[in-house]
Formats: sequence, structure tokens, C-alpha cells
Amino acid sequence: MPMKALTGNEAMAEAMRQINPDVVAAYPITPATEVVQLFANFVADGRVDTEFVAVESEHSALSACIGAAAAGGRVMTSTSSQGLALMHEMLYIAAALRLPIVICGINRSLSAPINIHCDHSDTMGSRESGWMHIFAEESQEAYDSIFQAIKIAERAYLPMIVSTDGFIISHCMQRIDMLEDKEVQDFIGECKPHHSLLLTDKPYTVGPLSLQDYYFEHKRQEIEAMMQVAPIIDEVGKEFGDKFGRHYGLFEEYKLDDADNIIMAAGSAAGTAKVAVDEARDKGIKAGLLRIRVMRPFPYKQIQKVLKDKMIISVLDRSDSMSTMGGPLFIETRAALYDTETHPPICDYIYGLGGREIDVENILSVFEKGEIYKKKGVEKKLAFIGVRE
Amino acid sequence: MKETWKELPIGCIIEEGGTSRKFKTGDWRSERAIFSKEKCTNCLLCYIYCPDDSIIMKNDKVVGIDYDFCKGCGICAKICKAKAIEMKPER
Ligand code: SF4
Ligand code: SF4
Repeated sequence: MPMKALTGNEAMAEAMRQINPDVVAAYPITPATEVVQLFANFVADGRVDTEFVAVESEHSALSACIGAAAAGGRVMTSTSSQGLALMHEMLYIAAALRLPIVICGINRSLSAPINIHCDHSDTMGSRESGWMHIFAEESQEAYDSIFQAIKIAERAYLPMIVSTDGFIISHCMQRIDMLEDKEVQDFIGECKPHHSLLLTDKPYTVGPLSLQDYYFEHKRQEIEAMMQVAPIIDEVGKEFGDKFGRHYGLFEEYKLDDADNIIMAAGSAAGTAKVAVDEARDKGIKAGLLRIRVMRPFPYKQIQKVLKDKMIISVLDRSDSMSTMGGPLFIETRAALYDTETHPPICDYIYGLGGREIDVENILSVFEKGEIYKKKGVEKKLAFIGVRE
Repeated sequence: MKETWKELPIGCIIEEGGTSRKFKTGDWRSERAIFSKEKCTNCLLCYIYCPDDSIIMKNDKVVGIDYDFCKGCGICAKICKAKAIEMKPER
């Protein structure tokens, strides 16, 4: 297996090259620009057969992707922040038309104030659009997950975002164990669209009107598709692991089994949290981490199983929901735990907005607070890490 | 009985083309175009102007209006110099 030192964006671009999609339509945006810029080089150098469509906005990028996917192609793009926000309208359409498009997403905060650095407000803001979503912790996982995303999306007939944290992962170099081009092609197989506009002997109508008499049925069908996804993600993750040695599931458990003081996080901060778990354990705290990998569909049943007997769960959210109840990861986890008999205590920490750093010390203090909450109960449901107060 | 969500084809699609023929858009018409064969000079202006392709032709002659699709916009009546088309309220 070849080994390369790559940034997150380079790893994603390499993955796209190895997938060799039929169509890529894209518009540049920091920090995702590099992914499609590098990919455009592959196109110019004749290293892929892809039809590359340079469009005038992200709205058009995803629209072109939708057209290409409805034509039966394997289609990818990449975006970030305002770009994903501008795609918002088309996200829902791609999902409802059940087109297995894959976006290499780079997590970046949303304006205003304008900021190019990482938080999760962009991709979290799309969580009701019908797209499946994987938060990769680091570049190797992002690289591996893109191949899985193609396979999962084409099996579930739903689109998927695989995201890394802007700059922290997208622009940092890491050793990547790469697959051979042929291994990638064998793994992803042939694209089998549910319909293809290019098969003119089997014409079909895309995107017709569906009013009071059919809209509800169409949506019910889409919800059902999402309900069936979790086992597909598990299967594909296992198949990938069995072939290439790196296994992936809906979430990652780090020293979770015997832990009673739990942190939950998604994205790059989970890497920092693992170091904090080790240091907390050195101090005698039974610390553990549940790293959410798949945010959509939300693996609530599996989360209930592993968290129901924990003594304190501290969720780290890199975006807020503006509900005043906390961040999305917290709200959904808490909702999931409502159905347990034990109702483990849970609290939320918003951190890292606009790229504000979070370090091991910050996370250690969450574990230490957790020790107090274990005895006295949760005093503060919602707190903020690293903001000047 | 209409289909349940389980029976519908995937992705909100219709599994055939040219389905607009089956979708009768004439039912929201509030005025009806009435054609008088006697007055018609067969200039075909109405045929050219009708936005809904609702002027029925037979052997190169206008023979009537297709009420399945005529939306009652009145363009044909307005364009007809021979006053061979008249708009009447739908009851
Ligand atoms: S415009 Fe009037 S005269 Fe001309 S074809 Fe139509 S109905 Fe006949
Ligand atoms: S009323 Fe309008 S739609 Fe109807 S036949 Fe005349 S031009 Fe066509």
C-alpha cells in the first residue's frame, strides 16, 4: 500500500481522483477550494475521465450535480460554509430525488461576522436536509470515508457529506495509507443509478409537482430511506475494515467500556479529547470518549445502549442551535437518552466557534467538572469553553 | 385508491415521459374560448399565439378548442381579426 504525506484537502482530492467520478461541478470557497483545485489539475492532466463543470455559484454547482446524477452519473463536489449555505435549497432536492451525490465538506463557521475558520455551524445547519453526514476526525478517516460514502450513498440512494474540520485537518499534513487505484475501483464497484435520463428508451420525469395528494407519501418514503441507512453504514464500514484493516462504524468508543465520566464530541477535537482521556485516567478519573462519526442518520439506539449507565455525559458542541437549549449534538443525545430508564445526567459545552482553539487542558477541566457533577448533580446544563466572559 | 408510499417509485419521479398530456390543466379556466367556424378565415394567428397549444387543427384548418388544456387566457380572441373566437364566462 502506498504511503503519502498529505493535507486533508489533498487526501480528499486524491480520493476523488481514485474514484474517477463521471461529473464534478464545483465553485471555490476557503478552506475547501484546494480539493476541487487539485482535482481540476487531475482533469487537465488527463488522469481522470471526469467532466468538470466550473460554475458561477454553489447553488449552480449542486444543481449541475443533481442534473448529472439524474442522468445516471457518479457525481461529487466539495464546499464549505457559505457555499454549503448557498446549496441549501438544492440539498433538499438532491435528497428527495434520491440522488447519491457525495460532497467533500470542510467545516467552517458561517457569517456574520465573516470568518474562514472551523466550527460545525455549516454542516450542522444542513442536518435536516436529508443528507447523510460523516464527521471525519482526521485525514485518514476522511480519505477512507469518501470511498465508503460512494458505496453507502449508491446503496441507500441518498446523498452524503463527508466533512473534515477546516484548516485544523484540511490544511494539516498527515501520513496517509493510500489504497491502490484498482482497490478503490473494486471496492466502490460500478455506479447503478435507480434511473438514468440518458436511457432514452426508458424516459422518466424528474421533479414533477406533488401536492396535497402525493407530497406526504414522497416524504414518508424519504424518511424511510434514512431509517434503513444505519446498517448499511455499518456493513460498508466493516467491509472496508476487513479489506484494508481500518474499521469504521456509526461512532467510535475510546476507553468507553469501563468509563463513568464521558465526553462526547465530533470532528478533530475528538483527537484532543483522546489525549485528555489518557491524562484524566492518569489522575484516577474513569474517563471515556464517544466520538460521533455519523451525525445523519443519528445513531440514537446505539448511543442509548452505550451511554445509559454512565454517571455523567459532557457533550462538546462546535456549533449552537439557537434554541437556547444548547448545541445540536447535545440536544439530540439528550433526546435519545430520554427513552432510557436511567436518564443519565448530561450537560453541554459549546466550544471552538470561529476556529477558537481547544486544548487538552480545556477538555481535562470538563472531566474534572464531571467528577463534581457525578456527586452533586449537573449545576450548569450549558457552558462555554474558551470564550471571554 | 391511490398508491401508498411503499408503492410509489423512488425519488418522486414518474416512470414515463411526456406525462404533461395526462395532466389536464384546463380545469382552472374561468373563461371559455368559443370558436365560430362560420366567421373563421383560417389565418392561423390563434394557432400561433395560443400559449397552451389548445387550438385544434384538422387538415390545415382550425376546427375547435381543446378544453382539456385551454386555460381561458383570451389571447386567441384578442388576436382574431375576424372575431371568430369569443370569451364566455365558465359556469
Ligand atoms: S385567428 Fe380567428 S380567423 Fe384566424 S384562424 Fe384563428 S379563429 Fe380563425
Ligand atoms: S383562451 Fe388562451 S389557452 Fe384557450 S385557446 Fe385561446 S389562447 Fe389558447
